Amino acid sequence: MMMNHSLKSRCKVAPGTVITGKWHSNKYTVLKELGYGANGIVYLAKFKNSQVALKMSDNGMSITSEVNVLRSFAKVQGSTLGPSLLDVDDWNTKTGQISFYTMEYIQGADLLSFIQNKGKSWTTVLFLQLLNDLNTLHENGWVFGDLKPENLIVTGPSPKIRCIDVGGTTIKGRAIKEFTEFYDRGYWGLGTRKADPAYDLFAVAMIMINTAYPNRFNKTTGGILQLREAIRKQKDLHPFEKVIVKALEGHYTNAVQMRTELMSLALSRQNPGSVPKSPPTTANPKDTNQSQKINYTGSPPKTRQNYRKKKKKGRLAETFIIAMSIALLYFLYIFQKLL
Amino acid sequence: MYTGKIRQILLITDGCSNQGEDPIAMAALAKEQGISVNVIGVMEQDVIDEKGMIEIEGIAMSGGGVSQIVYAQALSQTVQMVTRKAMTQTIQGVVNRELQQILGRSQTIEDLPPEKRGEVMEVVDELGETVELEVLILVDTSASMKHKLPTVKEALLDLSLSLNARTGDNQFAVFVFPGKKNDVEKILDWTPKLQSLTSIFSQLTTGGITPTGPAIRTALSSFHSKRSLRSLMTGDDESFLEESM
Repeated sequence: MMMNHSLKSRCKVAPGTVITGKWHSNKYTVLKELGYGANGIVYLAKFKNSQVALKMSDNGMSITSEVNVLRSFAKVQGSTLGPSLLDVDDWNTKTGQISFYTMEYIQGADLLSFIQNKGKSWTTVLFLQLLNDLNTLHENGWVFGDLKPENLIVTGPSPKIRCIDVGGTTIKGRAIKEFTEFYDRGYWGLGTRKADPAYDLFAVAMIMINTAYPNRFNKTTGGILQLREAIRKQKDLHPFEKVIVKALEGHYTNAVQMRTELMSLALSRQNPGSVPKSPPTTANPKDTNQSQKINYTGSPPKTRQNYRKKKKKGRLAETFIIAMSIALLYFLYIFQKLL
Repeated sequence: MYTGKIRQILLITDGCSNQGEDPIAMAALAKEQGISVNVIGVMEQDVIDEKGMIEIEGIAMSGGGVSQIVYAQALSQTVQMVTRKAMTQTIQGVVNRELQQILGRSQTIEDLPPEKRGEVMEVVDELGETVELEVLILVDTSASMKHKLPTVKEALLDLSLSLNARTGDNQFAVFVFPGKKNDVEKILDWTPKLQSLTSIFSQLTTGGITPTGPAIRTALSSFHSKRSLRSLMTGDDESFLEESM
C-alpha cells in the first residue's frame, strides 16, 4: 500500500486544537478525526456551537481543486449529492501553511454497513436515489469519478444517500482524475478512463456487486466474463443481473436509462430476493412472463412462441378437417357411381 | 500561454544501483534540462533496504520529481498517480513562475487568497488535460526484478490507458537496464501507444548488475536525439520551453 508518512504527520492534529483561518479568521475546534484518504485528513470540528467537517491537506492544490468542485455543485439546482461548502482558508502552523476547507457534516453509516444493518430491501431504493443524483450531476457537465461505498453515506432520519468525497469529480470529456481499481472500468478492461456518464454507471454496477461481496475480489482473467461469473455465484445479485451487466458493458448512456430499468425490476419483483432462476414450466402465463423479463435479455418472451405454436396447431387441424371432408365427399361420389 | 511539453523519466526499480555514475547526480543533470525524474520502488514480501530507500528518495528529489515505494500489487495505481502528480507539479512550477513575473518576486499560488487560487487551479487542471507529455520509462531488469516484470508490464499498460484518456498527446519510450549488450537497452522507441510492450516484455532477460546512473544518462540523450530529429524533419527550430524547476 501507499506510504504517506509526511501527510499523516503534518496534518495530524490532536482533539482540542483550535484552527484559526488566516484570511477569514474563523475559529474551529477539532473534536475528532473522521477519516483520511490519499488527499488529506477530515476532522469533525466545532464552529460557533455547530458541527462541521474540516478537511486539511499538505497539498494545497488538491484542496483548491476540491473546493472548485464543491463550489460548482452549489450552483447546481437541487443537487444534494455532495456536502455543501462552508469556508475555505489557510492555517499558519510552525511547520508552514496548511490549506483547509470546512463543509457540512454528513452523519450516518456508509452504504455497505447500512444495507447490512437495515436489510437488503433498502438496496434498490438507495441505488435509485444515487442514480437520480448522478443524473443531475451528469446533466451539469460533471462525472463523479471515484464512486465507491466508502464515499457514500446514508443519512437519516428518512434514509438518503449522500457523497462525502468529491476529489475525483471530473469535467465531462476529460481524463478521470482519481479512481479506485475495483470500481474502475479501465482496470477490468471494459473501457477507457475518459469521463463520461457511463463511467459512473459502471462504478454503480460494481458497487451493486460489492453489496454481495463485501470484501471485493481481485482481477484474475478480468473482463466481463469474470464479473458475470461473480454475479452468477451470488443469488442475491440474480434479480439485478440484467441491469448490472448492461451497465458493465456500457449500454446505458445516461443514468435515467439505468434508473428506469432498475425501477421496473424492483416493481416487477413480488417477493424480493426469491426470484426463480429459470422460467417455471407452469401453465400460468402471467407468471412465466414475469420471470422472463428478469432473466433474459434479447430473446423474445416464450409465451408468444407458445401462442404461435397453438395457432399453427389450429391451422393443421383445419387443413386436416377440410381434407377429410373432401375425401369423404369424393368417397361418397365414387360409391354412388359404383352403385 | 504555456505551449511547451512536459518531459519525464519514470524509473521503476527495486534496489540500489551498483555500477557507473551516481544516479542522484544524473537526476540532477536531467532536472537541469527540464526533465523531471520520478522513481517508484517496488517491494514484494521483502523490504527495500535503507540504502536503496535513500537512493530512491534522493533521485526523485534531485530530479525534481516524485517518489513512492509500493508493494507490487499496488503498482498500477501508483504508476499512474505518480506520473499525474509529477505532471501537475511541473505545471504548477510553470504557473508559479508566471505569477511571480506578474505579481512580483515572492508570490506563489499559495500566497493568493483562496478565492483567486481556485481560478488558477482551473488553469492548472486545463493544462494537465491538454499539455503534450513525453514519458521515458526506465525499468530495472536486475535478477531480483524477474518475477515482478509481469506486474510492471500491467502497470505500464494501465498508465497508457490513464494518459491516453487525456485530450493532449502522449509519447512513450521504454528502456531497460541492464541490457543484453550494454548497460541500457531501448526496447520501445517513442510511440503514442504502449500496447506493443506485451510481446516485448515476455522476451526480456534479467541480468545481475543495476547500472541506474548510466541508464538515466542514456535516457537523457534519447530525449535529445528525438528533438533534433524532429527539428530536422520539420525544418524549423521548434521552440521548446525549457523548464528549470
